[in-house]
Amino acid sequence: MSTALKHKLFEPTILWPALGQAFAKLAPQKLMRNPVIFVTEVVAALVTLMFLRDLVIAGGKPLFSGQIAAWLWFTVLFANFAEAVAEGRGKAQADSLRRTKSQLTARKLMSADGIDVTTIPATDLKVGDMVLVEAGELIPGDGEVVEGIASVNESAITGESAPVIRESGGDRSAVTGGTQVLSDWIRMRITAAPGSSFVDRMIALIEGAERQKTPNEIALSILLSGLTLVFLIAVTTLWGLAGYSGTVLSVTVLAALLVTLIPTTIGGLLSAIGIAGMDRLVRFNVIATSGRAVEAAGDVDTLLLDKTGTITFGNRMATEFLPVPGIRAEELAEAAMLASLGDETPEGRSIVALATGEYGAATPAKQPDAIVSFTAETRLSGVDLGTRRLRKGAVDSMLKFTGLDEARVPAAFRQAVEQVARTGGTPLAVAEGNKLLGVIHLKDVVKPGIKERFAALRAMGIRTVMVTGDNPVTAAAIASEAGVDDYLAEATPEQKLGYIRKEQEGGRLIAMCGDGTNDAPALAQADVGVAMQSGTQAAREAANMVDLDSSPTKLIEIVEIGKQLLMTRGSLTTFSIANDVAKYFAIIPALFVATYPALDNLNVMRLASPESAILSAVIFNALIIIALIPLALKGVAYRPVGAAALLRRNLLVYGLGGLILPFAGIKLVDIAVSALHLV
Amino acid sequence: MSLIGWLQIGLLFLVTFLLIKPLGLFMAKVFSNERTFLSPVLGPVERGFYALAGVDPKKEQGWLAYAFSMIAFSIAGLVALYAIQRLQAYLPYNPQGFAGVAPDLAFNTAASFVTNTNWQSYGGETTMSHFTQMAGLTVQNFVSAASGIAMALALTRAFIRSNATTVGNFWVDLTRSTLYVLLPIAIVIAIAFVAMGLPQTLDGSVTATTLEGANQTIALGPVASQEAIKQLGTNGGGFFNVNAAHPFENPTALSNYLNILAMLMVTAALAYTFGQMVGDRRQGWAFVATIAILLIAGVGVIYWAETQGNPILTALGLDNALGNMEGKEVRFGQAMTAAYAAVTTGISDGGVNAMHGSLTGLGGLIPMFLMQLGEVLPGGVGSGLYGMIVFAILAVFVAGLMVGRTPEFLGKKIEGREMKYAMLAVLILPLSILGFSALSAMLPFAVSSISMSGPHGLSEILYAYTSTTANNGSAFGGLTANTPWYNTTLGIAMLLGRFGYVVPVLAIAGSLVGKTKTTASAGTFPTHTPLFVGLLVGIILILGGLQYFPALALGPIVEHFAMLAGQTF
Repeated sequence: MSTALKHKLFEPTILWPALGQAFAKLAPQKLMRNPVIFVTEVVAALVTLMFLRDLVIAGGKPLFSGQIAAWLWFTVLFANFAEAVAEGRGKAQADSLRRTKSQLTARKLMSADGIDVTTIPATDLKVGDMVLVEAGELIPGDGEVVEGIASVNESAITGESAPVIRESGGDRSAVTGGTQVLSDWIRMRITAAPGSSFVDRMIALIEGAERQKTPNEIALSILLSGLTLVFLIAVTTLWGLAGYSGTVLSVTVLAALLVTLIPTTIGGLLSAIGIAGMDRLVRFNVIATSGRAVEAAGDVDTLLLDKTGTITFGNRMATEFLPVPGIRAEELAEAAMLASLGDETPEGRSIVALATGEYGAATPAKQPDAIVSFTAETRLSGVDLGTRRLRKGAVDSMLKFTGLDEARVPAAFRQAVEQVARTGGTPLAVAEGNKLLGVIHLKDVVKPGIKERFAALRAMGIRTVMVTGDNPVTAAAIASEAGVDDYLAEATPEQKLGYIRKEQEGGRLIAMCGDGTNDAPALAQADVGVAMQSGTQAAREAANMVDLDSSPTKLIEIVEIGKQLLMTRGSLTTFSIANDVAKYFAIIPALFVATYPALDNLNVMRLASPESAILSAVIFNALIIIALIPLALKGVAYRPVGAAALLRRNLLVYGLGGLILPFAGIKLVDIAVSALHLV
Repeated sequence: MSLIGWLQIGLLFLVTFLLIKPLGLFMAKVFSNERTFLSPVLGPVERGFYALAGVDPKKEQGWLAYAFSMIAFSIAGLVALYAIQRLQAYLPYNPQGFAGVAPDLAFNTAASFVTNTNWQSYGGETTMSHFTQMAGLTVQNFVSAASGIAMALALTRAFIRSNATTVGNFWVDLTRSTLYVLLPIAIVIAIAFVAMGLPQTLDGSVTATTLEGANQTIALGPVASQEAIKQLGTNGGGFFNVNAAHPFENPTALSNYLNILAMLMVTAALAYTFGQMVGDRRQGWAFVATIAILLIAGVGVIYWAETQGNPILTALGLDNALGNMEGKEVRFGQAMTAAYAAVTTGISDGGVNAMHGSLTGLGGLIPMFLMQLGEVLPGGVGSGLYGMIVFAILAVFVAGLMVGRTPEFLGKKIEGREMKYAMLAVLILPLSILGFSALSAMLPFAVSSISMSGPHGLSEILYAYTSTTANNGSAFGGLTANTPWYNTTLGIAMLLGRFGYVVPVLAIAGSLVGKTKTTASAGTFPTHTPLFVGLLVGIILILGGLQYFPALALGPIVEHFAMLAGQTF
């Protein structure tokens, strides 16, 4: 699905329905949610009446009022269109989800342990029902495996085609409706009523049907409504103030002034920005349960990251061979490689890879006489090659194997072991017979590039905290190598919860990800909790986002998406407000130049005539919405630099740009308007 | 413009600048209830007041109780001042034997002084008895200023405290502002004024024999003491009708300097106090810088416009060497008149040393525009600070999102509730200024009060409602405002401008004080940088001033261009 999600910005399949939607959204009861655009619609209706009046009365200017009315309607339609396009992009995804979900049937077990089944439509399932699902069948609803083990293809939701194992008990018991059992069978208990299952929620969220305004959106709407009121006061009182000097302002020109001054640009694009933000998350295969969580992600101060899988690859790997004096590194590497042939663990394989790769050791020509496989009890592995008995393994096991007492262990070996342990690594000993050859340095390898990533986060003011079950020494070593700001060693779920609470008391917002049931309290406590799709139902319920890829690094992207959403909103607000200056210079002289010719000095753009000036400002105001739809949907480019640098850049582009651009824009429209003799 | 003129202006701002830090630190101590060098003397007095009033200074109030105390106190002041004016004929210290003040004028004056506006529809020396001036007007000069400081303190505490419910105790803030800040400085300045030749007497007038042998009655009174607090508390209500242009209120260039300094120092230093109290002095300096940029620009434009003079008069053969001197005092000159006009309107002082109505179109535009910006440059004592904080909140909200975080100011998240109250406060000003102006411009009996035809007449109306709503109190001159219509509506405008604004501001304080104070990080919107100062200037101009542009275009702006074109009305 992840590839199917990547729609182009403007696809015909989205554009055409969006055009229709733009008209459907003209219904006032729908537009009420957006005060700025609602006012624009009321004003457009009013000017339309003026146009009709101008048509019948003598001396009216139907050409002028007609065009103003048309462009005011366009302004509303463009705003509706922006929202419809954003919604349309989500709908396409929702439709593909819905297809997988439709016509699901369930084989309901009549009793918990019984074998009698009746086939019913999945929509008739109730919470608590027991269902049997066998190989080849689709899982009818969200639930928990109570018996059995099966491989499940969850690609319908995650886009990942590799099957996952679902079994009763433990952290892998949650199954999702719409996914397919590939082998074996499971008995499951339904935990979500039809209509409120994971896929249902996902569809609703993507479609924006459940979309509630987020706190910041509400606050911004208040600001925009307030500004609209301020300009409503300024424009209506202008009628009286102008009357003093004998100027009679028509409803049409006052309407034009009002609509150009109120923040229609951001008002028209606000909901599109919000929907696009959720959409961007979905593109990253993350489902947020609310827009609130996306916003909170932008505010996160501290990231709690699991070491394994996020910061390190998750397996310890051999990085170095430390021979005792008298042994060459190559000899040690060869011995270690041979001894690891019987070790199929990732650690063993990494030793072979290191020895053959960097140390040029060759695999043996002839079959070894005996292979001693690695087991958890012996904690060593090795081979017998003729008379050579090569072994490698945990230091204490190897000392036992060689039969060396403390005194006869070479000092150099002891030093090497200590050196490895001190840096947080794991030392393995290599021996041939009763002779110690040297030490293999196993360590948790930090992912390449992660340090730079954390540095970037730090520049954004985000602290990273590594959470690990390792002992403090190992944790400290990895923490300093990865460049995290803090770490939590030997972490228990309670400790995580405590850490989150402590940070929150200091007024910081925390994001974390987790998958196990024991993570649930911490996920719920965190301001942004991301659960892995592979995790338990409890974790998924507690979190406010679910990562369908189950990738712990996702948290960083989520924060960036949150920030991008807020930045886009702020940039377009600033742009919209800064635009007003130019519009004043277009309209004010046009309104009063007949009474006070001296005011033509304010006509700095040298617009052709008062009427073309007013019309140009209105046209520019409508077109700018269309022009900014791609930006609203794609979001403002985000760079991980500090707030001060971001502010400087965005203020320059959107503040200063918003101040200057309309002067040029209105002038250009004016040239076109007068060239086409529109007024 | 001349170099000497600019040096005078520069010196004035330099001295103010040097006063900001020491005064700001002192006030921060006073308002944090710490001991100061005045405590040994004033401490017992302060405690005496609390005991007398039955106030427990340790008991703090939530924002509602705080607002209620302030409003109750203001209503009491309003009623008392109204009564004193109406009954002044029966009260002592009435050497000229003035009759009681008319009801509409008494209401207007009471509203005016309680709201720290000091709009004067009356001529002081011909209307008010000494008792009214001293026990009525001067008392309100102190306490209305102290109330303003108290409101600013409540809002300041909202940024200091985390997860709290109370914003301070109004009665304590009121008492300490008056006792430790306004009173001592006022005494010092009053003595300086007396030394500069301002009268300070309980006599009503002296009679002089002129050269022609005629008898002239020259009004006198306790001028110096009222002048001191008039400026210090950014009140602006003069003892005499022509305010600080009167030689007894403002006899010399030096007294003029002290006048401007007195009105600037406390309110400018309060910006620093804010920074000190919230633990970020740079924030205080950022406010000071914002104020300085806009205020000095204002002084510059007036100075330039006035020295350019009027080309119409030059064409008629008048010497334009001094520029436009109509309505100005030669002893102050162009530079100090420009400085006075910009400062008195940038601050909600409202005292005048020249007739603003006689300024050129552009010169008259600036005082009006500075008031319309909401009186934050640096505004009235306290009121300027809370107005500036509201603008900072708006600036942070508009642009703060651009750094990718929900907006916060000094560690407090700015959300829907704060936005609602901030917009409510911001709405009051255009509603009152433009609403009443448009109404007056349409009503024939209101228009008949205008003295000039053409756009200047509209400016007279606009200026009056701007001045009163912004609680400035300065007059453009020309408008006959002592009519029932203007007395009543201007009075309402003053009450709206003060209480309609401050109650939402206190609600913001109540909302913010309950929030957790977040710690700043590299990802936090920095609010003390030059960039933020630039942003704040832009927001003040765009959100504070843009809505008045159409109205101004019909008044002073067109007047300016018409003058250049040689057009008269």
